[in-house]
Order: sequence, then structure tokens, then C-alpha cells
Amino acid sequence: MKSYLELNLGILYWIFIAPFGGRSISLSQVFRQMIHIGVRAIPMVSLTAFSIGVTLAMQAAHELKRMGASIYVPDLVAVSLLRELGPVLIAVIVIGRSGSAVTAELGTMKVSEEIEALNVMAIHPVRFLIVPRFLAMMVMLPALTIFGNYVGMFGGWMICHFALDMSTAGYILRAIQSAHVWDLYSGLVKSFVFAWLIITIACDAGMRVEGGAEGVGEATTSSVVWSLLAMLVSNAALTAIFFFAA
Amino acid sequence: MSDQTPVIEVTDLVRKFGERTVLRGISLKVFKGDTLIIMGGSGCGKSTLLRHIIGAMRPTSGSIKIFGKETTTMSDDELALNRRRYGMLFQSGALLQSMTVGENVALPIVEHGKLAPDIVDLMVKMKLEMVGLTGFENLKPAEISGGMKKRVGLARALALDPELLFSDEPTSGLDPIMTAVVDKLTQDLTKRLGMTAVVVTHDMTSAFRIGTRMIMLGAGPRQGTIIASGTPDEIRNSPNPEVQQFIRGEADGPVPLKLSKDDYINRLLGTPRPLEKAEH
Repeated sequence: MKSYLELNLGILYWIFIAPFGGRSISLSQVFRQMIHIGVRAIPMVSLTAFSIGVTLAMQAAHELKRMGASIYVPDLVAVSLLRELGPVLIAVIVIGRSGSAVTAELGTMKVSEEIEALNVMAIHPVRFLIVPRFLAMMVMLPALTIFGNYVGMFGGWMICHFALDMSTAGYILRAIQSAHVWDLYSGLVKSFVFAWLIITIACDAGMRVEGGAEGVGEATTSSVVWSLLAMLVSNAALTAIFFFAA
Repeated sequence: MSDQTPVIEVTDLVRKFGERTVLRGISLKVFKGDTLIIMGGSGCGKSTLLRHIIGAMRPTSGSIKIFGKETTTMSDDELALNRRRYGMLFQSGALLQSMTVGENVALPIVEHGKLAPDIVDLMVKMKLEMVGLTGFENLKPAEISGGMKKRVGLARALALDPELLFSDEPTSGLDPIMTAVVDKLTQDLTKRLGMTAVVVTHDMTSAFRIGTRMIMLGAGPRQGTIIASGTPDEIRNSPNPEVQQFIRGEADGPVPLKLSKDDYINRLLGTPRPLEKAEH
């Protein structure tokens, strides 16, 4: 826990304070990580979001059709996708893809003396390795979530258009009318929080690896498990704050 | 030379890991232009000593001064500032696997200077040329051999023309010709540019070729202490049988390999037991 808090403070120091002392962050490293964490996740995120959109629409249609309320299918898809399923399921994909990869990569660097070599070269590992990953995650997870929202809505449209004979304009209109901007924003706030949790847990687990390949394996498992737990618990807490406290 | 401040001054360095004492009161001085060889059997604390000198570990007690500054009480920032003046070659090379050979060598240059990319390229080529690896800039560390990785590690350690070079087994895994090249390089840098070197090595040929001062750490009950120190000639003629065994590479000597029959049985079974009962 102590190392986790120190890591968080270290990240904030290197992002917000150190650049004023002339020790800036390498943007090329940030972009490199953005490609790893974000761009390369697009196919997986697309498929996930598309499946969620289609599934939501089918479930909604199945229930609502009996009440003659098929017209509300887009409402349901939009609200549940933007508020909950989009941010959560895309975070799950990113934990599995990037959280584990970051832990394994940093852990391997730790056991093969690479981190120590950076220290000896007077290159701070938090600035050089962790801050670029942190910034990339903070940008890319919300970006993937927005992208996933679009793809999910497209999946919902396919069901509404082809199975329920709804017009495209009608679908878009209903979706826009039912979903408030706040639904989108609350989902984005969630994905910022998830991004923070995922990347800090992953980096902390990686930097604490001891003792060879076995240690790397254990750290990767614990990184994925703790990220998932932290993400789901914080999701419940944020939902409570956004939709019940107000 | 004695009126100078030593580049490295270690006084009464003690390090304990829990109950186990790994270093017990090590003291040594290294002056500018010297090449100090640290010898000793596996597990005698050589690497631990080196890690303390570079500041990667903090001692239980004792003092370490580098360039006249006490490092054991330094903050991480001060330590980082001091570290820019020295290079370190790790046993495994410790190259960053995600970067190419060229990027690895360029890393300290880019991170600690504001040079134009063309100049950095030129410097990288010069450093790689020094270790006989011209034209390998664009390969990844995974694509080159262990000995090559070590030479890239050396090129990276020398990238900023350090005043002080630490090498952890620089020649293990190198062929005899490359060993000679690396030794020659270290000698040139210390003699011509006044660089100081601290080398941990098992390779006695290389040790006597480049060393100007040598220390040997003890084994067994004298583990973690300096059992011999001096110039290469003094070490070669040392009356200490442990030192002689080590530099000649003999299996039998004061450092026991084979145990007596009784000792063997005692160790195997845990408790001393009379041998007569076993023999009818």
C-alpha cells in the first residue's frame, strides 16, 4: 500500500512539478505507449462493443416487444451503454490486454536489471517508464470508451433496423433524445477513474516483482485480479454518487 | 598520488541482511586513473559491495565517498546528479529490450544532454566502433549474442565519457580476442583519459592485465572481509594460500571442496553419529 501511494505521488510529481524544473517527459514515449494501449486495442474493443450493442438491443426488443414498446429499444441501448456497460466492459478488455502486459513488461525489466541500469544512468524509472504509460492510459481508455459507445450504438441499430424495421433516422433520434449528455459524461468520468486504477495497479505490481519468471507471473495475475476488483468496486461507488446521491 | 582525494573511499562498510552479515567492515580507496579489481569466490559479496558503491543499496553502517562526497546519506536527487559522472556495465548487459542497440547507447546522451540528433548518431557510432560493433545500431538486443550485449552495455556505460567506470564481470562470455579488445579499451581510457575503473571479475588473465590495484574478498568464516589487497605483483606473490588457490584456479586448497568422510556424513544426516555402528 505504501509503495502504491508513493508511486501515485511520484507520477503526479513527474507530471506536474518536475517539468517546471526543466525535466520534461518524452512525448515520443507517450505516443509509443498510446499506440500499444489504444490504437492496437481498436479491433478487440470494436468487437466487444458491437457484441454488447447487439445483445442489449436483442434483450430489450425481446421484452419490450411483448408490451408493444419496441420504440424504446434505442433508449435502453443508449443509456445502459453510455452509463455502465461501455466503460466497464472496455475497461475489462484493457485490463486483460494492457494492464497485464504493463505488469509483465516492467516486471521482466526489474528482474533483468534494466530498472537498476536506468537508476545508475540517473534516469528515473517513474519518469522514463511509468509516466508515459500513465498518460497514454489516461488518454486512451476514455478515447476507446467513446469509440466503443459509437460501435455499440451501431450494433443496436443493426437489430433495430433489420429486426424491428425501425428507420435509421428514428433510431438516432430516439437515442439522442433519451440519453442525456450527463450519461456520456458520467461514463467518461468512470473511465478516467478506471484508467488511473488500472495503470497504477499494473505499474506498482510490475515494479515490485522479485525473483525471476515466477515472480513476473504472480505479479501479472495479481495485477489483473486487483485491477478488476478495484474497477468494479469503484464503478459501484461512482454509480451511487452519480445517480443516487444527487 | 597520495595527496589527492580518492575517487572512491569506503570506510568500515557493513551490510546485514537480517541475521546474515554479508559485508563486515570493508575499507578501500581508489585513486584517479587506477583500475581496482575486486576478486573472490561466488557469493562472497563482490556484487553486493559494488551495488553499495553505486548507491543501489544502502549500508547498515559505514561510509562511502565518491568524488569526495558522502553517498550513503544522499537524497535520490543528489545521487542521480553524482551518477551522471559514472558509467556501469552490468553482468547481463542490462540493455532495454524494447529499444534498438543504437537507442540503448544513445539513451544517456539524449537524457542528459541537449544535442542535435545528428551529433547523437555520430556519438553512438563512435561508441559502437570502440567495442567493435559498427553497423549493429538497428538490431534489438534479442537479436544479438550475449557477448555482443555485454559490449553494447560497455558502449552505453562509456557514452557520456564517464570519470568512473564500474564493470561487473566485463569479460565473461566474451571470446579471448574480444576480451583483449575490452581490456585494451579499459586500459586506454584509464591511462590516456585518467578514467578510474572498478572491475569485478573472475577472469585472472584479464585481472592481471588491466588491474593496478586488487582486492580479494574471503570465503567461509572470513566472508565479507578483505583478505588481501595490493598491486598485481603483491597479489601474485601473496603468501596467503587462499589467494594462491584462487589465482591459480586449483580445486584443492584452503577453500574446501571435498569434505572428509565424517564431515560428509554429518552434513548429510544432520547429527554426528558414530561410524562404528554402520560398519559391522
